[in-house]
Amino acid sequence: MFRKRPPPEEERRVRANDREYNEKFQYASNCIVTSKYNIITFLPVNLFEQFQEVANTYFLFLLILQLIPQISSLSWFTTIVPLALVLSITAVKDATDDYFRHKSDNQVNNRQSQVLIRGSLQNEKWMNVRVGDIIKLENNQFVAADVLLLFSSEPHGLCYIETAELDGETNMKVRQSVSVTSEPGDPNNLASFDGEVVCEPPNNKLDRFCGTLYWRDKKYTLTNQNMLLRGCVLRNTEACYGLVIFAGPDTKLMQNSGRTKFKRTSIDRLMNTLVLWIFGFLVCMGVILAVGNAVWEREVGSLFQSYLPWDPPVDNFLFSAFLSFWSYVIILNTVVPISLYVSVEVIRLGHSYFINWDQQMFCSQCNTAAAARTTTLNEELGQVEYIFSDKTGTLTQNIMSFNKCSINGQTYGEVADPLGPQPKKLDFTPFNPLADPGFCFYDDTLLESVKVGDSHTHEFFRLLSLCHTVMSEEKSEGELVYKAQSPDEGALVAAARNFGFMFCSRTPGTITIREMGQPVTYTLLAILDFNNIRKRMSVIVRNPEGRIRLYCKGADTVLLERLHPCNQELMNITSDHLNEYAADGLRTLALAYRDLTEDEWEAWAESHRCAGKATSCREDRLAATYDQIEQDMMLLGATAIEDKLQEGVPETIAILSLANIKIWVLTGDKQETAVNIGYSCKMLTDDMTEVFIISGHTVQSVRQELRRARERMIELSRTRDGGKEEGTGGWSEACFMGNGVREGQGRDVAGGVKQLQCSPPPPSNLTDNISGEFALVINGHSLAHALEADMETEFVSTACACKAVICCRVTPLQKAQVVELIKKHKKAVTLAIGDGANDVGMIKSAHIGVGISGQEGIQAALASDYSFSQFRFLQRLLLVHGRWSYLRMCRFLCYFFYKNFAFTMVHFWFGFFCGFSAQTVYDQYFITLYNIVYTSLPVLAMGIFDQDVPDHRSLEYPKLYEPGQLNLLFNKREFFICIAQGIYTSVVLFFVPYTVLSDATQSTGVPLADHQTFAMTTATALVIVVSVQIALGTGFWTVINHVCVWGSLGSYFTIMFALHSQTLFRIFPSQFHFVGSAQSTLLQPVVWLTIALATAICIVPVLAVRFLKLALRPRLSDTVRYTQLVRQKKRKAVSRSAGGGWRSAGSVSEGRLGTRGGSRRSGYAFAHQEGFGELITSGKNMRLSSLALATFASRHSSSWIDTLRRKKHTHTHTPPSTSEECSSAPSCVSGSVPPLSNSSSILGGSQDTPIEEDVGTASAQNTQTVPTSSAQTQPALAPDSEATAPQDSALALSTGIFTSPAVRYHGGDSPGGWTVSLGTVQEALFGWKGIAVHTNASNSPGAPSVAKETSQLE
Amino acid sequence: MVKQKQETANQPDNTAFTQQRLPAWQPIISAGIVIPGFLIIGLAFIGIGVALFVTSQSIQVLEMDYTGVDKTSPCNRCTDPNVKSCLCQMDFSIDTLFKGPVFFYYGLSNYYQNFRKYGVSIDYNQLFGDLSYFTSPSEKCSPYQYDNNNNPIVPCGAMANSMFSDTFKLFQIVNGTNKEVPLDGKGIAWWTDSNIKYRNPSVTPLQMAFNNTVKPLLWANPAYQLDPADANNNGFINQDFLVWMRRAALPNFRKLYRRITSGDYTQGLPAGNYTLQIAYNYPVLSFGGRKTVVFSNVSWMGGKNDFLGIAYLVIGSMCIIMSIVMLIVYAKFRFSEEE
Repeated sequence: MFRKRPPPEEERRVRANDREYNEKFQYASNCIVTSKYNIITFLPVNLFEQFQEVANTYFLFLLILQLIPQISSLSWFTTIVPLALVLSITAVKDATDDYFRHKSDNQVNNRQSQVLIRGSLQNEKWMNVRVGDIIKLENNQFVAADVLLLFSSEPHGLCYIETAELDGETNMKVRQSVSVTSEPGDPNNLASFDGEVVCEPPNNKLDRFCGTLYWRDKKYTLTNQNMLLRGCVLRNTEACYGLVIFAGPDTKLMQNSGRTKFKRTSIDRLMNTLVLWIFGFLVCMGVILAVGNAVWEREVGSLFQSYLPWDPPVDNFLFSAFLSFWSYVIILNTVVPISLYVSVEVIRLGHSYFINWDQQMFCSQCNTAAAARTTTLNEELGQVEYIFSDKTGTLTQNIMSFNKCSINGQTYGEVADPLGPQPKKLDFTPFNPLADPGFCFYDDTLLESVKVGDSHTHEFFRLLSLCHTVMSEEKSEGELVYKAQSPDEGALVAAARNFGFMFCSRTPGTITIREMGQPVTYTLLAILDFNNIRKRMSVIVRNPEGRIRLYCKGADTVLLERLHPCNQELMNITSDHLNEYAADGLRTLALAYRDLTEDEWEAWAESHRCAGKATSCREDRLAATYDQIEQDMMLLGATAIEDKLQEGVPETIAILSLANIKIWVLTGDKQETAVNIGYSCKMLTDDMTEVFIISGHTVQSVRQELRRARERMIELSRTRDGGKEEGTGGWSEACFMGNGVREGQGRDVAGGVKQLQCSPPPPSNLTDNISGEFALVINGHSLAHALEADMETEFVSTACACKAVICCRVTPLQKAQVVELIKKHKKAVTLAIGDGANDVGMIKSAHIGVGISGQEGIQAALASDYSFSQFRFLQRLLLVHGRWSYLRMCRFLCYFFYKNFAFTMVHFWFGFFCGFSAQTVYDQYFITLYNIVYTSLPVLAMGIFDQDVPDHRSLEYPKLYEPGQLNLLFNKREFFICIAQGIYTSVVLFFVPYTVLSDATQSTGVPLADHQTFAMTTATALVIVVSVQIALGTGFWTVINHVCVWGSLGSYFTIMFALHSQTLFRIFPSQFHFVGSAQSTLLQPVVWLTIALATAICIVPVLAVRFLKLALRPRLSDTVRYTQLVRQKKRKAVSRSAGGGWRSAGSVSEGRLGTRGGSRRSGYAFAHQEGFGELITSGKNMRLSSLALATFASRHSSSWIDTLRRKKHTHTHTPPSTSEECSSAPSCVSGSVPPLSNSSSILGGSQDTPIEEDVGTASAQNTQTVPTSSAQTQPALAPDSEATAPQDSALALSTGIFTSPAVRYHGGDSPGGWTVSLGTVQEALFGWKGIAVHTNASNSPGAPSVAKETSQLE
Repeated sequence: MVKQKQETANQPDNTAFTQQRLPAWQPIISAGIVIPGFLIIGLAFIGIGVALFVTSQSIQVLEMDYTGVDKTSPCNRCTDPNVKSCLCQMDFSIDTLFKGPVFFYYGLSNYYQNFRKYGVSIDYNQLFGDLSYFTSPSEKCSPYQYDNNNNPIVPCGAMANSMFSDTFKLFQIVNGTNKEVPLDGKGIAWWTDSNIKYRNPSVTPLQMAFNNTVKPLLWANPAYQLDPADANNNGFINQDFLVWMRRAALPNFRKLYRRITSGDYTQGLPAGNYTLQIAYNYPVLSFGGRKTVVFSNVSWMGGKNDFLGIAYLVIGSMCIIMSIVMLIVYAKFRFSEEE
C-alpha cells in the first residue's frame, strides 16, 4: 500500500536472461496485490478510511464534545456504542471483501508458469516471474505477464490468442514473433538469447506498443503485433516462448483496471442534502435553546443560585448559553442518527441478495444467475427513465443460424406455414453421423436434394465448406470445433457440415473436407480475402482431379454484377429470393464459382505475385488483381442467415416503454441493420408517425435535419390533436375505458355505463389516432456533430421528444458521450446495458450499468453494476426489483426520519420546562438503544421485505413504475411531511404526559411527576407509537416482520426491566440510577392511560388521512393491491400458488417468443474481418483491423425502407381496409379473444388458477387459460365476449402497444382516471396478439396469416 | 446427469425466502376495518373518559399557597431572610368530610429540580453507602463536594444540599383547642429508593460513618439526625430525604409530605376548622418560587386529574366524527367490493 514509488519511468530497458541487469531498474515483480490491507495494517488503515466519511467524523466530533464535562449532556457511551457498532460492521464488511481479494490474489500469484532459467525450464509461481525472464506458454494457458513473443511452435512464428478478458472480443487474434528470434526454430537457443528491449514505460493502451529490440548489434522494431498481454489465453498454438517486458502491476491489464468511479444514487444525493438541512435545523434548534438558556439564566438561573450555583467556569449567562448550545447539539444529534447510513447499506445489501437469488433472472442455458455487483444502487433501479442499449449480444444473441438458401433458383428452408404447428426439426444423424446436433433446419427437400446428388446443391455446399477462413480444431476424436471469426461464417460452415460437406482441417496450402463421408483434400491456391470495399471473398482451389476453381461468396450487389451473362435468368430468380430473405430480416450472401484453366490461373498467379511484392499501393494493386479474376462467375445461389434476437426482447422493450422508459439503442452497426433490429424488437413500429433519419455529414446539415425533424413533429402532433377532437378517438377511448374497467377492475359503475354506450364499435378511422409517435435514427458521423457543445441542446430536445432513438455506427466513446449528454441535460436516471468491451464506457458513465454476461467476454459484466445473461431480465430487474427497492428505500427513509424526529424533538419541548439546561427526557440507556435496538429491526425488516404489490403485478402493470421516475415516494415534500409528522408526534409525546402527570399520583398518593416516571412514560409511549406507525407502514407482514415488530417491543420491555433491576444497580450503583422505575411506573393505570391517549392522538389522524387518501386519491399500486386482496379473499378455497402466478406472466412472454416470428426483418451486414485469408496462406502480413464492420449491399435494406415508406403511405390512405379486414373477418374476432380473456385471467386468476409450471408456448398457455378464466371469473360474460371482441381487436390494433396517447390524455382528469389508464395499460399489454395480427396483416398479403395466427392461438 | 447438475449449479435456491414469496399478511386500510375500528375506539375512549371524569370529580383537593407574598398572608413575615426559625400558621376549614386516606403534599413552583446540572450534582455511590465516597465525594457534586475547609460534604451535591426544610403540623380546632392530626411519614418514598437505591453504610452507630465529614451547607442537622423520633428513619434512608431526592420532572411539582391515616382521621378529615403550623425555613421568593400545601385523596386512578378524562372524551368523540366522515366518503367513492 505504502510502497515507495520509484520515480516515473521514462523508458524501459529489459535484457533477456539477465536478472542482475534488470534488477537495477527495480521493475515491479509479477506479484499482484489488489488487496488493501494486511493483518497489521487493517485496523489503522481501515479506521482512517472510515473516518474520512463525514458522518463518522461528525460522530467522532460529538464524542469528543461529550467528554467535556461542562457540555456533556449525555454519557459518552450513547455515542460510542452506535459509532463502534457502525465502524465494526463496516470493518467486517471491508475485511471480508479484502479477504476475498487476498484469496484471488493468492490464487493468481500462485499459478504455475514455466520459466527458462539457465537453459532449463523450471516451474515457477507467477509471482516469482521477473521482468527479463523468458517463459514458456502452452496452449489454453493464460499469459502470465506482458511478454514479447520470441518463438512459437506454429509456423511463421504465429500464435493465436483470445483476448476476452482484456477487451471482451472473443474472436481469435494473431500475434507473430520477431522474425529473427523465431528463425532459429529451436527453443533451446533462447537460453542464450541476450537481446535487449528498449520500450515505452507501462501504460494502459491495449492496442499500442512500441519498442526496439537490440540483438547482435541489430535493431528490430517491435509493435503490438509482437506482444502477448497478460490476461490473454493462448489458442491453437502448442507452445510459445516470450520475454517478460511488463510484470504484475505494470501490465496493461492491471493498468487498465482503474478503480471504478463510485456511483451514488439520487436518493443518496437527496439524503445528503436532507442531512445537511437537518444539520442546519439542528443548529437552529441549538441556537433557539441557547438563547432560551441565556434568557433563563439571566431571569431565573442567576436567582436560583442559592440552590444551584453556576459552575466555576460559567460566570455569566452568555457563556452558559454557549455551553448549552453544544450540549443541545449533543442531545439533538439523534435527528441524524448514525444508524441511518448503516441501515441504508444493510437494506441495499439485502436487496442485492434478492437480486442474486432471483431464480427468474437465472439463465439455465448459461448457468448464470443475475448478480448485483454494486450493492449501493438498487433503489435507483426503480427510477430509470432512459435505457441505453447495445445491440449485438444484448438485443440479439449474436448467434447466426443458417435459415434459408436458394440453390439454382430453388428456394429451400421456406417453412410452409410459419405460424402453424412447429415443423419438425430435421434429423441429420442417419444421413451424416458427423452432423452437429445443435443445427436446426426444417425443410427436408434440401436434404433430399443433397441425397439424390444434385450437382448444384453439392457445389453449393462445397463452396460453403471451402470458401471461408474458419479454423478447425479437433478437441477429441471426431469432435470438431470451428473457430470462426464472424458468427455467420461459422453458421455457413456448420450448415455445410450438416449437409454432408464437412470442413475438416486446413494447412496453409490445403483444405481437407469430407464430401458425403469421403475425405477430399483440395489444394488451396489462393485466398482472395474479404474487405469492406470488396464485400466478398474468394478461394481458388485445385481439386484432386486437378481442376482449378474459384469459389466466391459475397454481398449480392457486388457479386451479381460479376456474373457471367448466361446467368441472367437465374440471377433474376435468385434476386427475388434475396429480396424475400431480406424482407424477412435475414442476412444474405450470394455464392458463385468460376472454373479456371491452368493458363488462366498461371497468368493470374503471376500478376498476383507481382502485386503482392509491390511496395507502393500494394493493397490497391492486390484488389485490382482480385477484381480481375472474380469475373464471369457462375451463380450458385444465395444463403440467408438469421441473427437471432435474444429471448423476450420485444416484450421486454414493450413493457419497459409502457413503464415510460425511453430506450435508445446505441450500436456500431450500420444504419440499415440498426433500423431493422429496431423493427424486429418492436422499438420501431409501422404505427409510428415518422421515423427521422439524421445522416448529415456537416454541422449545418445535421442541425438542419434536427430542426426539420422537430418542426415536423410539432406540426404532426398539432394535426393529430386536432383530429382527436373529432370524436372517433373519443369513442375508442371510451370503449377502452369501458373494457379496461370491466376487464381490469370491474369496479367502476361509470365505466360500465360508458361501455354500454359504445357497444357498437366504430370500426373505421382508427389508424388516425395512433400517430404521434416518433423515432429518430442518427448516424455516427452526424452524432459527432450533434454532440458538439453548440448543438447538444438541439439534439437532446429533438431526441427526447422521440419515443425511440437509434444511434448507429457509434464508437464506444460516443456511446459514453451520449449517456453523459442525457445525464447532463435531463435530470433523469440513465441505465446502460451492453455486453462487450465497447460498452464499458457507457456502462461506466451511466447511473446504472448493466452487463450482459453473455458471449462477448466478461469485460462489460466486470465494469457493470448489475449483470445477468438475458436482456429480458431487465424488465424484472427494473420493474420488480428496482421498483421494490425504491419503494422500500423511500418508505424506510420516511419512517426513519419520522421516528428520529419524534424521538429527538421531545427534548426540544422539554427544554422550555427545564431551564434550557439540555436535560434529557429519557434515560441515557434508552437514548443509546433506541436507534440500534428498539426501533431498528422493524424498519429494517420493512426496508428489506416490504412489497406493495406482488412481483407479477408490477410486470402486468408497468405504469406502477412511474412513481419512481417522477420521484414521488421520497422527495423534499415527503420529507417535510415526515418530519412534520415526527414533530407532531413529539409534541403529543411530550405534552400529553406533561399535562397528565403533572398532577397525577399513584394510588398510594406518591406523585407521578418525578423525572424517572416521566421518562419511562414518554419512552414507552414513544416506542409504542413508532411501533404502531411501522406496523401501519408495513404492507407485507412476513414472519420476519412479525418477529421484528413484536420482538422489538418485547425487547424494549425486557431491556427496560433489566436495566432497572436491582441486580445491575447493585453492581454499578452510579450507572443505573433508574432502578425500580420501570416496575413502579408500568404498574400505574394512569401511565397506561396516558400512553394509550398519546398513541391514539398520534395514530388516529394518520389512519384517517391514509384512509381518505386511499378512498379519494388512490394510487395505482393501492388499487392493484386492493383488487388483489379482494380476489384473494374470494378465492381462498383455491390453493395459493404464487409460483404459478408469476409463471403465467413470465411464460406469456417466453411462449410468445418461442413462436418463430415470420415478421422479423433484420437485414444484416456481412460482418467479417479482413486479413485471415492472407494469414492462412502466407502468414506474412499480419494486419488485423480490429473493428472491420463490413458494409453490405444497401440495396435490400434501402428497398426495405422504401417498402416501409410505401406501407405507411397505404396505411394512412386506406385505413378502413385495415380495420375492416380485422373487425369484419370472423377469424379476427376469434383472434382477439385471447387478449380479452387473457387480461381477465391475469387479473382474476393468474395467481389462483392453477397453471402448470411449464407452460411452453403462448398457444399452450392460451388454450389453457381461456376456458378456465372465462369459466371461472365471468361465466355470465361468455356470450358477451363475442360482442366485445371485435371492438377489442380494433382497439388493440389502433392503440397498439406503444401508442397510448389516449391513456395519457384521459388519465387522471376524472376521479376514476386511474382505472382508465389501468385498463388501457393492461389492454395494451395484452394486445400483443393484436399487434402480431396487425403486423402480419400488413406484411403478408391478405388475411390468411391472421387466420393462421388465430388458429395457432386457439 | 452430472452435466445437468452442473448446468444448474449456480441456480439460486428456490425457497420462499430467497424468491421473496414468504407467506405474508397484507393488510390494507379498508373501510371494513377502519370505520368500525374508529367507531369502537371512539366508544371505548368515551367510556373510559366518562369513567375517568366521574372518578376525578369525586376526588377532593385542597391547595393553599403559604409562600407569603401577600402582605396579608400569615407567613409574610417569614419571607424576610433575616428571620430565623420562623413559625407561621394557616387556618382553613373543611365543609364536608374530606374522605380518607388523605394525602398531604407540599408543592413548589418555578423550582427547577429538572435542571440538568442540578440533577447530576449527586453521588450515587455515596448514597449507596459506599464509605470510600464519604471521604472523597464525586466530582459531580461540585461545588458541594467539599466545604471551605476542604471537608467532604455528605451527602454531597446541590440536590441534597437544597433539601426542602419546611415542616408542618396540622391541628384540628375542636372546641377552641388544637387537636393534632397525626401525620404518617412512613412509606412515602418509593420502595426501591428506600430499600435498594439508597443505603446507609453498615456502621453502627450511624454517626460514626459521618466522622470527618460535614453536613450540607443548608442543612440544619446532619444526615444521621434527620428524624430524631425514629432512629431507622435517618441517614440516607430518611423518607423526606428520599422524597426530595426523587427529582421532579417539571418546574412545578408536588411532593408527598405525610399521610393522614391514623387515629381519629382514618376515615378522613371531618368537617371543621383546621390550622396548619408551618416551620418556614425554605426560601423560594428570591427566584420567584411559590410554596403550597395540598390535601388530596385518591381513587383507583390516583389523584385528581380532570385532563385525562376530558382528553379521552374529546378523542373518543373525534374518532366517532371521523368514522362518520369516512363513512360518507366511503359511500361516495367506495371501491365496490361486490364486483
